[in-house]
Amino acid sequence: MKNKKLINNLITYGIVILAFVLCKVAIANGDMTRSLKGQLIPICCWIVMAVSLNLVVGISGELSLGHAGFMSVGAFTGIIASQWMLASGVEDKMVCLIVALVVGGVFAALAGIIIGIPVLRLSGDYLAIVTLAFGEIIRNVLNCVYVSVDAGALHVGFLNPSLPGKLILNGPNGATGVTKLATFEAGFVLVLITLFIVLNLINSRSGRAIMAVRDNRIAAESSGINVTKYRMMAFVISAGLAGLAGALYGLNFSSIVAGKFKFDQSILVLVFVVLGGIGSIRGSVIAAAALTVLPELLRGIGDYRMLIYAVVLIAVMLITNNAKLKTWLDSLKKANKKTDGKAGAQA
Amino acid sequence: MLSFMSSLIQGISLGSVYAIIALGYTMVYGIAKMLNFAHGDVIMVGAYVSFCATQYWGMPPLVSVVISMLVCTMLGVIIERLAYKPLRQATSLAVLITAIGMSYLLQNLALLIWGANPKVFTSIVPFGALKLFDGQLMITGETMVTMVCCIIIMVALTVFTGKTKMGKAMRAVSEDKGAAQLMGINVNLTISITFAIGSALAAIAGVLLCSAYPTLMPTTGAMPGIKAFTAAVFGGIGSIPGAMLGGILLGIIEILGKTYISTELGDALVFAVLIVVLLVKPTGLLGKKVHEKV
Amino acid sequence: MSNVKKQATKMVAVPSHSIVPERDVDSRPVLETRHLGIEFGGLKAVDDFNLTIGRTEIAGLIGPNGAGKTTVFNLLTKVYQPTTGTVLVNGRDTAGMNIVQANKLGLARTFQNIRLFGNMTVEDNVRIGLHNQIKYDTVSGIFRLPHFWQGEKKQHEKTMELLSIFNMQDMADAKAGSLPYGAQRRLEIVRALATNPSLLLLDEPAAGMNPHETAELMENIVRIRDQFQIAVLLIEHDMNLVMGICEGICVLNFGKVIAKGTPEEIQRNPVVIEAYLGKQKEADK
Repeated sequence: MKNKKLINNLITYGIVILAFVLCKVAIANGDMTRSLKGQLIPICCWIVMAVSLNLVVGISGELSLGHAGFMSVGAFTGIIASQWMLASGVEDKMVCLIVALVVGGVFAALAGIIIGIPVLRLSGDYLAIVTLAFGEIIRNVLNCVYVSVDAGALHVGFLNPSLPGKLILNGPNGATGVTKLATFEAGFVLVLITLFIVLNLINSRSGRAIMAVRDNRIAAESSGINVTKYRMMAFVISAGLAGLAGALYGLNFSSIVAGKFKFDQSILVLVFVVLGGIGSIRGSVIAAAALTVLPELLRGIGDYRMLIYAVVLIAVMLITNNAKLKTWLDSLKKANKKTDGKAGAQA
Repeated sequence: MLSFMSSLIQGISLGSVYAIIALGYTMVYGIAKMLNFAHGDVIMVGAYVSFCATQYWGMPPLVSVVISMLVCTMLGVIIERLAYKPLRQATSLAVLITAIGMSYLLQNLALLIWGANPKVFTSIVPFGALKLFDGQLMITGETMVTMVCCIIIMVALTVFTGKTKMGKAMRAVSEDKGAAQLMGINVNLTISITFAIGSALAAIAGVLLCSAYPTLMPTTGAMPGIKAFTAAVFGGIGSIPGAMLGGILLGIIEILGKTYISTELGDALVFAVLIVVLLVKPTGLLGKKVHEKV
Repeated sequence: MSNVKKQATKMVAVPSHSIVPERDVDSRPVLETRHLGIEFGGLKAVDDFNLTIGRTEIAGLIGPNGAGKTTVFNLLTKVYQPTTGTVLVNGRDTAGMNIVQANKLGLARTFQNIRLFGNMTVEDNVRIGLHNQIKYDTVSGIFRLPHFWQGEKKQHEKTMELLSIFNMQDMADAKAGSLPYGAQRRLEIVRALATNPSLLLLDEPAAGMNPHETAELMENIVRIRDQFQIAVLLIEHDMNLVMGICEGICVLNFGKVIAKGTPEEIQRNPVVIEAYLGKQKEADK
């Protein structure tokens, strides 16, 4: 069993590394279209988003609808940090990018803590709607924030655009004139780090505690599990990872507005998670990559993209919750296990 | 003072629309124990149907409202049968994801049928505004109709759930589905009727909303839907007077916030109310406490 | 009848109108409740509940359906906060504590309607019980530091040791939710034991078991008590089990204690027979 888990995780890493190498080869051979090349960094970001949301939805068992909010916190704080450093004369772009990612992740995690304290007193439908509300609040508030750099000093205004120096963040007009720092390699490393953190967490004492709370809260408490602590842990780690993804995403464009991180984006990530299989990390990786690339490849379906996603959400839920289908699948699994067990006994 | 009064009236008007939507939410949540995310989009469909009936088929406004109610009622029942009924035994996570999918399905179908360009909705209210204090304080016809509708609906629903046999069945199902079934109540029928009533109310809300705010788009219903859910929670989910109280208070908070604080932060304020209510009094203003059995 | 050889324990009276086994009288009782009570909307679900349980006693809590037995468990384990009275666990007042703190103080329980972590393996269910016994921090877990490997190894060994009580080692990799009913009940006991309790609360442990399984369970409960030197309080409707292994019995009816005593005393008590055993007398013979 231990080995099975390990092999499973290695396959997930393998898929990501293989995909990266294939992309690199395709780029080197000139086999990749411009538009697809432009999607590489966003794909990495969406993979990180999907895996981190799966930590909350699949592992912790709570529906969070504000994931894009954490992404936007990461994006804007990351942009501010990097542009401030560039304006202050830091020349190494690599350093700027790493600092920006760390800042994005830390601020998103902080937002996760601030939001998590009230939100995690709730559960189920209420938690979902409140995370949605927080996502919208974050977007609304970001629309009121103005940040500028003047002679190496940072100025922040709320509902007040008259700041000295060069505006980095311009209220509803978002961040403009951003120096793009994101690279595909950084995205690849970020995906690996995310997988490393999430997979290792799941297969550890804390991860088991998170899943126990998901499966049966009262029983977990009666076994001495601090429910709030572990729900919070999943929520904050997830928010932090979304912040990392956001920082990379923000630094992939020369300008970006808070409106880019609307509720729809949270739902999009949820579609990745649901289609990839709730609780399946590898599924999230594949679904996020496939669903970002597919519309790009099949130009014609562009208009129907959201329609198809909606149908997918409903269909997956109806199929996976179909009692008859479930018993049939279980019987298949059992039959499989029996043969497995016999083979094991002989060996 | 008069400008404050005018904002207040505008708030009550918007709040009355929220209240009608919230009544639908609260009934469905109380009986089916599910958050029907698509409820807001049924509003949008209702408004589009009414729009088409008056603009394209030349029907009188009142007839268009009736048609819109019929269409939405059917839509609500079909959605429940196709998407929600198979998930009665499923986790709330699965039901909620399905409801979100349904919401997006309706929005994108509307996008295909009616296009992304906003339609300008013509008010169904045939009379103009009531002008007070030499025209300094104006109460629009839409405001009056909305408020009157809201009160009529609330009274009618209270009588319906309190006095009729179907209403009693609804309350029984909301208490305990299994026990209600054993007492010979047709649970599936009761839930269908709940969805039918909620969706018919959504149609009315859609027409009233678009009469006051005439821009009609596929996403028109989404935000009011979420806010109306907030209103339902605010008032105490499952409580009919609570939905009305919550809706009107929320409308007032939103308009006053937008007028006196910042247009940008109006929505944020509404959601902040939701969060505060859930933390301070999770059962809402008029809700009851429920114990989990261990 | 069961094949557990029962030696009648000599019970002695202690303050708070209870009895404990003579061997436990000199050590501090594991549980002591005083005037414990809870009201739900004016209805007294449990009222003036006084009970003392000795260090290594196997005690029974019986009574007709709806008497308030599970409510007592919920009060002891802090699922509900009592309206009146106090609960002392190992001499410490549990006022204001939550479920987790009560568990850390030494109370572990099983549930009438089984509450396992159904999507997790049998081994992981037991490891949850060991959560506070064998620890390492989250950072070690994520970065696979030495503490992680040591902790995991210890947890695995302890889990297998605990599973061996019920001969369940082979099932370690099975999903808990897929186990047969009896095995699920046994797994709940193992998980509770893993939290290293001083008092094990079993809520209808034999429910749904066949006579053979019940007999085995009785042996195991006694063995667990002997091996771990802990006390057990069990709610059970199977009178063979209760009369067979319990040393002290407390009878609850309409939220009130109507009798306390040894199995022999309870069986002879006319109040109990009227309230409860009257119906069961035939079945008992």
